[in-house]
Amino acid sequence: MPIGLLRHAVRGGRRDLPPPSELKPSYDVVIVGGGGHGLATAYHLAKHWGVRNVCVLDRGYLGGGNTARNTAVIRSNYITPESVRFYKEGVELFTRFSNDLGYNIMYSQRGQLTLAHSDASLRTFRLRAEVNKHLGVRSEMVDRKQIREIVPCLHMDDDVRYPILGGLWHRDGGTARHDAVAWAYAARAAEMGVELHQRTEVTGIRRDKGKAVGVETTRGVIACGHVVQAVAGMSSQLAAMAGFRLPIRSFPLQAMVTQPLKPFLDPLVSSAALHAYVSQTARGELVIGGGSDPYELYSTRSTLELKESLIAHTLEMFPFLAEVKMLRQWAGLTDMTPDYSPVMGESPLQNYWLDAGWGTWGFKATPVSGKYMAETVATGRVPDILKPFRLDRFATYDLANEMGATAASH
Amino acid sequence: MKIMPCPLNGPRNISEFSCFGEVADMPEPTTADDAAWAEHVWYANNTAGVVREWWCHVPTSYWFIAERNTVTDEILRTYPASEVYNQRVEFAPKDGTA
Repeated sequence: MPIGLLRHAVRGGRRDLPPPSELKPSYDVVIVGGGGHGLATAYHLAKHWGVRNVCVLDRGYLGGGNTARNTAVIRSNYITPESVRFYKEGVELFTRFSNDLGYNIMYSQRGQLTLAHSDASLRTFRLRAEVNKHLGVRSEMVDRKQIREIVPCLHMDDDVRYPILGGLWHRDGGTARHDAVAWAYAARAAEMGVELHQRTEVTGIRRDKGKAVGVETTRGVIACGHVVQAVAGMSSQLAAMAGFRLPIRSFPLQAMVTQPLKPFLDPLVSSAALHAYVSQTARGELVIGGGSDPYELYSTRSTLELKESLIAHTLEMFPFLAEVKMLRQWAGLTDMTPDYSPVMGESPLQNYWLDAGWGTWGFKATPVSGKYMAETVATGRVPDILKPFRLDRFATYDLANEMGATAASH
Repeated sequence: MKIMPCPLNGPRNISEFSCFGEVADMPEPTTADDAAWAEHVWYANNTAGVVREWWCHVPTSYWFIAERNTVTDEILRTYPASEVYNQRVEFAPKDGTA
């Protein structure tokens, strides 16, 4: 074993995080979920609102959930103005992220191409392009000739089941190292006094007169002024501890990575009709993701059917990959809402704030949701940009209906 | 291949089936308010454990009920809906108006 590796194994732990400490009896804010969203909220609370008596709890380890399981797509080419405005700011925060936090997240803005295989897709792409342009997001319709220029290696023949008719070219699309996002927020938040407690599972929410007042954990009870739940696939389970239900259903989403290849694919390529999206990482691996599984499950197991369909559809776009080997495959839990939009802000319980329903759109929203969740908790008021995503929209039948989401076509 | 034991067609590939969510009683149409309908239509228990769900074998359009564990991905039991719904459901308002 190389000496450097051995030394790392002996020393253990992360150098940019303080060693584990005891839980304090109380905090101003307890954030449940040590993924990107929870840590971003903690960072912004400490950095911009001076709220530093904050702890982040995770039953596993830092960024070990969906933060490390998504396919790291960053884009803002949604269809409803509410979403476009929100994710546009998300993209802007990602663009500045490495400088703002002094932490390299390997952000790479190389554009995202979504393929249309039907007239219906072309029509919605046209609408998306216009809505995007109106709000200052760079999206445009492209024809087959332009697609050939953007991705020369794409299989454009007509002898396939779903020939490519056109596309939506989104210059603002990109990717980043997803776990570095969580590490960066954790490191910078810790410098400001935020505590991260890993392997600390929440077992109950203490309530008093309709208010959240504390959190029960496997390491004891903590009193707190506010609770933020940011637990992705386990949102319904935690909400049940707080005494209410959510309009959320949890489905696995399967993805995989191939062996590394020489760089050949610059933009991210996605096809809703084929249920597949492909991008090449900085080290040459192809990341391939698809739609959610067909039925609800709290398991991150993989299935041969989904993998076969992902591979078949990827080969329809890039037939020359037929001999390439799959290196890793995994699944994450997506918490799907009926209108493919998140659930953020107030909950039926006072001082208990929701950051849930992130389905297949969570990673790209990490910085922007952290920014505005922090504002929500610090001021006790939900900012206008989050209002379309309030839980109450279901009771008033005022749904967001975001059909530009990755899973909306399934 | 994951197998779903269909009460009508026997064991079949689960890709032939669609899941339609947990079996939940419809609110009483004459008395339910908007909030009760919202709860019924949008909200879910999203149980981690054993659930009772509506499933449909798509090629034969046959609807039935399946009990399934959402943590272990095991199908525990499937049976015809008539085992649960053995009374006629009356959709007309009870007071005879409308």
